[in-house]
Amino acid sequence: MNLMLFGTVTVAQYMLVGAVLFVTGVVCMATKRNALGVLMGIELVLNGANINFIAFGSKYLRPESLGLDGPLIALFVIVLAAGEAAVALAIALNFYNNHTTIDVDRADDLKG
Amino acid sequence: MDPAQILPVLLGLAVISPLASFVVILLFGPRMGKHGEYGAYVAISAIGFSCLLSFIAMFGVWLPNHAHELAGDGHGGHSTEQHGSADEKEVSASSSLDVVPVAYLADKTEAGHATATGEHANEEGHAKASSDHGHGAAASGGHGTEHDGHGEHDINGPPTAYTGVYYLLGKFGDLRLEISYYIDSVTLCMFCMVTLIATLIHFYASGYMHDELHDITDHEVTLTDGSHLKRPGRFPRFFQYLSLFSFSMLGLVLAGNIAMVFVFWELVGVCSYFLIGFYIERKSASTAANKAFIVNRVGDFGMLIGLMALWSGIGTFSFGDIDYDGDGVKEKGLFSTVRPAENDYALTVPDRMVLLSARDEVDQFVSAYRTDHPNASQDEVQAAVLANVENWRDGSSGTHYGHWLLVIAGIGIFCGCVGKSAQFPLHVWLPDAMEGPTPVSALVHSATMVAAGVYLVGRFYPVFPPEALLVIAIAGCITLFMAASIALTATDIKRVLAYSTVSQLGYMMLALGVGGWLAGMMHLITHAFFKSLLFMCSGSVIHAVHTNEMPEMGGLRKKMPVTAYTMLVGCMAIAGVSIPFVVGFSGYYSKDAILEQAFSLLDHNESSWASIFFVFAAGGAAMTAFYMFRMWYLTFAGTPRNQERYDHAHESPRVMYMPLVILSVFAVCVAWAAYTDLLIGAAIAVLVGILAMLLFKSSSAGHDSHSVAHGHDSHGHGDHGHNDHGHDEHGSHGHEAHGHHGGQSEAYLRYLILGLGVLVLVIGLLWMGAGWQNVTLASLLEQSRPVGTTRSVTGVMVDWTWPDEHLSHVPEIKVPVTLLAFGTAMGGIALATVMYGFGWLSPSDVRRQFSPIYSFLIHKWWFDELYDFLFVRPTHVIGRMMAGFDKNWLDWLIDGSAKVTIAFSNFWERLADQTIVDGTVNVVSGWLYSLGVSLHRVQTGKLRQYIVFIAVGAIAIFLLVSFFWSPAQAVR
Repeated sequence: MNLMLFGTVTVAQYMLVGAVLFVTGVVCMATKRNALGVLMGIELVLNGANINFIAFGSKYLRPESLGLDGPLIALFVIVLAAGEAAVALAIALNFYNNHTTIDVDRADDLKG
Repeated sequence: MDPAQILPVLLGLAVISPLASFVVILLFGPRMGKHGEYGAYVAISAIGFSCLLSFIAMFGVWLPNHAHELAGDGHGGHSTEQHGSADEKEVSASSSLDVVPVAYLADKTEAGHATATGEHANEEGHAKASSDHGHGAAASGGHGTEHDGHGEHDINGPPTAYTGVYYLLGKFGDLRLEISYYIDSVTLCMFCMVTLIATLIHFYASGYMHDELHDITDHEVTLTDGSHLKRPGRFPRFFQYLSLFSFSMLGLVLAGNIAMVFVFWELVGVCSYFLIGFYIERKSASTAANKAFIVNRVGDFGMLIGLMALWSGIGTFSFGDIDYDGDGVKEKGLFSTVRPAENDYALTVPDRMVLLSARDEVDQFVSAYRTDHPNASQDEVQAAVLANVENWRDGSSGTHYGHWLLVIAGIGIFCGCVGKSAQFPLHVWLPDAMEGPTPVSALVHSATMVAAGVYLVGRFYPVFPPEALLVIAIAGCITLFMAASIALTATDIKRVLAYSTVSQLGYMMLALGVGGWLAGMMHLITHAFFKSLLFMCSGSVIHAVHTNEMPEMGGLRKKMPVTAYTMLVGCMAIAGVSIPFVVGFSGYYSKDAILEQAFSLLDHNESSWASIFFVFAAGGAAMTAFYMFRMWYLTFAGTPRNQERYDHAHESPRVMYMPLVILSVFAVCVAWAAYTDLLIGAAIAVLVGILAMLLFKSSSAGHDSHSVAHGHDSHGHGDHGHNDHGHDEHGSHGHEAHGHHGGQSEAYLRYLILGLGVLVLVIGLLWMGAGWQNVTLASLLEQSRPVGTTRSVTGVMVDWTWPDEHLSHVPEIKVPVTLLAFGTAMGGIALATVMYGFGWLSPSDVRRQFSPIYSFLIHKWWFDELYDFLFVRPTHVIGRMMAGFDKNWLDWLIDGSAKVTIAFSNFWERLADQTIVDGTVNVVSGWLYSLGVSLHRVQTGKLRQYIVFIAVGAIAIFLLVSFFWSPAQAVR
């Protein structure tokens, strides 16, 4: 624990931050009934993952790094997140138009 | 021009031409003019072209090259100067036959003589046949063929023949199936005869079949509603079949191997089937066609056995020697294998047959040889066996090994000929075949189909051992006597001719069987001319009176003089009328030759059985004369027995009677020798012509005023009062016939007789001038005399001697036989005249007197009934038994097994299909359904719940994996 907080910055610290972000995001998705809240949770999850990719891609932190693959995948994830946000917001807007709410618990029209 | 190259081309084209006509009419027949009337022109021009080619081959190629080889009877000396100077006369002599184009012939003859003289010199050096081994090679230096003189040598060499292959169809081991040719003077004679007669018959048929040009009501076919059958005419189809028939027959004659003969043999058979059954709607016609076809198949079965025996025993089908591989050495054909030059052309059982037959002895010999010579190689053993073949062959070891195989082969081939040439016991089809149209009868029963059998026996003659010859002679003897006796009582004009044909074919077979090769072949040719003449005359009569029954005819001579007198010529020819030793109709020459040979056989054998042949042949000759003249008197003489039919009668159109006139000339003089007979005969003909002119002139002069009174022309013989109603009311026969009635026709007729007499005289003179004194039918055929047959032979199984045919020409035989033949013929004619001409002896009295014999004869010796009892009924009984067995037992078995199968499958369906297969599927699907039902509750639609599931699930997987699996292990 000491090492983590006060030693040299290594991959472990990045992973810790990523994990915190990831878990925060998941919890956010699981608890928020507001669709926008859920979207935010998704962004957190994605960015938590991104931090890990960046960390594994940095050769300063780890000699046997992924190289440019890490940032590249992170970049893809960002693009993905942007697209996903656009689509999700459109769904949310339409959902609001139809149901005058964006409570995800109310979105159960398709349940089996 | 090298005949070896030109002849196959000419004759090949002559064969192909009718085939082309057949194909053209087959494809375009009904579209050729109205009702296909131009089909006749196509067929006629095709066969006419064949005829032209055949005569070119004969007179333009063969005779110029080979006439010098012909040996005349006692006129052997002929100078080559005559050949040189005779070209012009020769040309005009042939052109007066109206067949050979002048310009063509002129070219040919000059080229021909140049080589011919050289050949002649070459030939003198080879008179001795025993030193003859190099002979074939020497002669082929000139022509690429084998030559030999046919003088009075003891032993004749192989006849001049051109052999070769057109096309190889297939080769299976040693067996070669090919289209090849064998051309000798017999081939050429047959080609000229067949094409000439076929051409005339085509012309004749175009008149005879004119009814078929429009829709026909067949009065012999009654439909179920009682009306008569109406059908469209089938004019082109008739000519299509005629063309195919001509093609088949010509192909058969040209064939160079027995397999090809067999193919064309069957083609001829199927064509006769088509033509006999031409009026297919008539029950009688269709059964007659079936009968002809089936009876012929019986004979062909024997022929197939013969082919197999030949193939296994000799290993080739080819007649002559042919150089297959182009190395200059000719592979041996059937003839030179059976009659090898090393054995002086005597009948020799081939090695292979001997070894096949004596294989047990060969095995013993080989094992004995191996014990004596333990170190002998395979080749040495084989050589020793071959060296010993002679012992097995010549019977010094007790048996003539292989001889019986040759006998089987010979009799097998003869079986085919029995069927095709209507010999006893397969003669029954031919009289029934009269159901076909009369031109067909003329073609089938004179020149083509029935001639094919005799031709094949003649062609195959070298291969027949004496035992087979005896069988042939016996079959011929029975046939000739039986058929002649049946013809005595027949009343159907065509059936008289049909039985006459059977009888004459019996003569030919008898002649061949008793060793008279030349006599048989000559009778084949002469008979073809006079029998086709007779048939076409009868067709002309039938055309006029629309019935076949002679009791309905009578007195027709006045209505149709040309038919009547040409038919009289035919009757005299078949009866062999002659001035003995001077001149006679063609039948005189061939029939006397047959009788002489039969007498010669009797003369050379102790056995009294040998005399049967002569006695029957002589008796048959008397019967022939009788029934022919009976027929003529019943048809043409006396008073009309059916007035209505008589009034309808009319002379046939010119296209029908001109062939009769041409054929009657041939029937008279085809066998004449130029130097004597032709001149004497023609002089007689001119005399008769002048006489006839004078007679006709006087009678028709008195008649002219008479005919004016009646308003129509009648024939100047008086006795025409019943003719009063004019011919025009019979307008249904609206062809040109009526134009030739009366005086015009008579003038025409007498000029015709005179003209023909003069024509024959001119031809005779020119023929002599051409240096062809030796060219007669006999000498021409003699040129192809099968190798090794100019010697007397004695059988192995029968100890008879078959005398050399030349021995039958000695005066001790010729004089009595000729006189006897003359006597029998005259006796027959006289009896017929007494009975039917003058009516001094009433036929019905004779019939009552001999009623058992009469009933025996009128029922045709009960042959149809006998065969019905022997073959047809047992077959029906067996058939019914088989049907009963089929219905009661086989059907029961099959039905039972079907039921068992159905019951089993029903049971099995319940057991296996419904329980096992369906059950499994149902259970599995039930499980899956309940699984789906239980899982659908998980799908709540609550997003947050899903996320919790995912998170919890992911953590759970993580934990599980970290419990049971560590990365360290994976690395390791």
